[in-house]
Amino acid sequence: MSDGQQKKTFVITRFDPDRDDAPRKQAYEIPVHPDWKVLDALNFIKDEIDATLSHRWSCRMAVCGSCGMMVDGEPRLTCKEALSQYGDTVDVAPLANFPVVRDLVIEADGFMEKLTHVKPWIIRAKELAVEEGPMRQSPAELEEFKQFSMCINCMLCYSACPVVANEPEFIGPAAIALGHRYSLDSRDEGAADRNEIFRGEGTVFSCSFANECSEVCPKHVDPAAAVNQAKLNAVIDWATSLVLPRGGDK
Amino acid sequence: MIEVTRHDIVIVGGGAAGLRAAIAACEIDPGASIALVSKVYPMRSHTVSAEGGAAAVAREDDNFEMHGYDTVKGSDFLGDQDVIQYFVEQAPRELTLLEHWGCPWSRNEDGTVATRAFGGMSTKRTWYATDKVGFHMLHALFQHSLRFDNIVRYDEHFATKLLVDGGVVRGVAALDVRTGVVRVVLGRAVIMATGGAGKIFPFTTNGNIKTGDGMALAYRAGVALKDMEFIQYHPTGLPGTGILITEATRGEGGYVINSEGERFLATRDYGVGTKAELGPRDMISRAIIQEIEAGRGISGPYGEYVYLDLRHLGEAKIVARLPMVREISKIYIGVDPVYEPIPIRPVVHYMMGGIDTDITAATSLPGLYAAGEVASASLNGSNRLGSNSLTECLVFGASAGRNAMAFAEGSSEGSEDALRREGEEEAARIVALRGKQKGGEKLSRIRSDLHKTMESGCGVYRTQEAMNETARTVAQLRGRYADIALEDSSTVFNTELIAALEMGNMLDVAEAVANSAASRNESRGAHTRRDVPNRDDQNFLYHTLCYFDPAGPRLGKKDVTLGHWEPEERKY
Repeated sequence: MSDGQQKKTFVITRFDPDRDDAPRKQAYEIPVHPDWKVLDALNFIKDEIDATLSHRWSCRMAVCGSCGMMVDGEPRLTCKEALSQYGDTVDVAPLANFPVVRDLVIEADGFMEKLTHVKPWIIRAKELAVEEGPMRQSPAELEEFKQFSMCINCMLCYSACPVVANEPEFIGPAAIALGHRYSLDSRDEGAADRNEIFRGEGTVFSCSFANECSEVCPKHVDPAAAVNQAKLNAVIDWATSLVLPRGGDK
Repeated sequence: MIEVTRHDIVIVGGGAAGLRAAIAACEIDPGASIALVSKVYPMRSHTVSAEGGAAAVAREDDNFEMHGYDTVKGSDFLGDQDVIQYFVEQAPRELTLLEHWGCPWSRNEDGTVATRAFGGMSTKRTWYATDKVGFHMLHALFQHSLRFDNIVRYDEHFATKLLVDGGVVRGVAALDVRTGVVRVVLGRAVIMATGGAGKIFPFTTNGNIKTGDGMALAYRAGVALKDMEFIQYHPTGLPGTGILITEATRGEGGYVINSEGERFLATRDYGVGTKAELGPRDMISRAIIQEIEAGRGISGPYGEYVYLDLRHLGEAKIVARLPMVREISKIYIGVDPVYEPIPIRPVVHYMMGGIDTDITAATSLPGLYAAGEVASASLNGSNRLGSNSLTECLVFGASAGRNAMAFAEGSSEGSEDALRREGEEEAARIVALRGKQKGGEKLSRIRSDLHKTMESGCGVYRTQEAMNETARTVAQLRGRYADIALEDSSTVFNTELIAALEMGNMLDVAEAVANSAASRNESRGAHTRRDVPNRDDQNFLYHTLCYFDPAGPRLGKKDVTLGHWEPEERKY
């Protein structure tokens, strides 16, 4: 490292349930490269200074969804954020609104259960046989749901969501977007099932439309729009079922 | 007392191959208990990073014979021809299933699935979902798998040992990363689907998790690793990070140009003929290295590179077909490909070699199956064609799931006492390694020395001397690894311990790669020697087998299955 190299201080939240009663902050001053992302700095600290630092990462190209953390108080994918946009001191903490396993690692099982709950798979009254070949889907039909299928399950939206903060059981933006994605898919016949789920407690009607989820989404999924649409569909479906008790399916 | 759980089969790895295997097993028996053990949550698996597409015959102007011939020629005639024929016939069925399960394949105007051109493929047969195909396939598979409640997931469980009793595989020992507890996960058959080992190299498209774990577990259990010398360099990685820029860029019409703006793949003789940018990966990677060596590269802070030029495709096409390429280029190299060419250089991408499997995804060890990059079914021979590997995960993942279930049907559970003891021994080994203060070296030193030697001996161009040197260095690194010091003694999410265990796996795989490479005295596919430039079918038309031995690896040979296509000079 040359003497002229820029340095930054990383103030990192540390917590090891084997040793600590409560989270603490630990500061590391390190030389940084102008091309680095936030994740590169964490990996430098891990490799060169403190091997006990725990964080998740893998693809380092913003698609595996592992490395979400709070950077200067905002939920971010650390492999995507250029270090150059931050000041001399950078605060890194685990994603907000999740239980912490250790250091920068949060507990994700709750999200996995929420995801499963919305039935994020193609539902059909009668399964197609493979011999029938691929279904037709026009580019316009694909466009209907494509944006909501881009969710990488990074869970930044849960950290940003004020409802999740107060009501941890709220099923949350990503799960709703993914459930809604299947309901919008021309190949799916499960919208009524999911509307039923979305009329349940702690789902779409808990959303307060803060829109924070869409603002932090690193993949521009716009989960707030999905929640909005899902809410409307759940209501219409319910109203239709009052008029036509056996109707409501598409 | 160690915790023991029982299932019908155990799958290690939750990427495309592992998930496809799990679903196949559920389809056979919805009541069966399927354990899915993965060191990451399944949707973090490296399948997620695949970009360009998945190959299967779909168009009227295409057929199995053409897909098969392209594949065997791409393999430089080291692919097993029965395996290739099985693969191409199964491929459309598997991609159709993905369609039924919700994969958002890109479409033609009439609603049929769109296909694009890919390197070494003689027609458009690569199915795609813009340029995020691995991501969409992985999430479609994972989300589809959530409907089966008989798939019991062991998320963030790191399998460290195959448990064998009476010569039959009966399960795995797996470290629960979150708690530090080692579990014995038993099943009457085990499927390895843990992917490749790109992280033994410094410059790779592979994610941090690609450490060859399944290869190492099988190797240590006495199963041969096959054709490990064949490492695929993808022609177009970003300098510095190694992040992949998909071959679909060239499939959609992109050019590769040197510092003089010349499309050298079209203008000079690099063996790709009129295919130019759509030649196979091994040839294009060599061509780029030769251009750089001839002084027609561009110098940058991360070494020399050439350009991938997409400007003539226009913004509309780039946005519609290659949105991720644009996003990645902007974020990771500060280039918008609509207006500027993208700096690229060859980068370690894929291992043609792996656990020796047959056409049924079975290994030589009863009860052990393998599929995807971890396996070498000899579909890819010495060079894989782009877009065959995602399909391979599905075809052989499904086959592994079905065949493992059939094996489990007729197999017994083995001695629980013996398996528990094995698990306890493994737990003791892991506890001893955790926070091991005695010794000298940091893990990161060993890793950087491994990286240096693998790149110098087993890169795009190789020599006997350099390969021998790498084999010797890897052996020394094993000694140094035995003496590492670790700092983290916590039981909870101890990523240093995981990295140490992964390093052990990487050294096993690196040993197999270097020694297999040093034994192949010819140039074939991705194994290119400066000192022996030609292919030698007389003496080397065989698969290399590498067996673990504490005293150093033992090498063997296995015949290539021929019969349908006569080996010929590989020219395009």
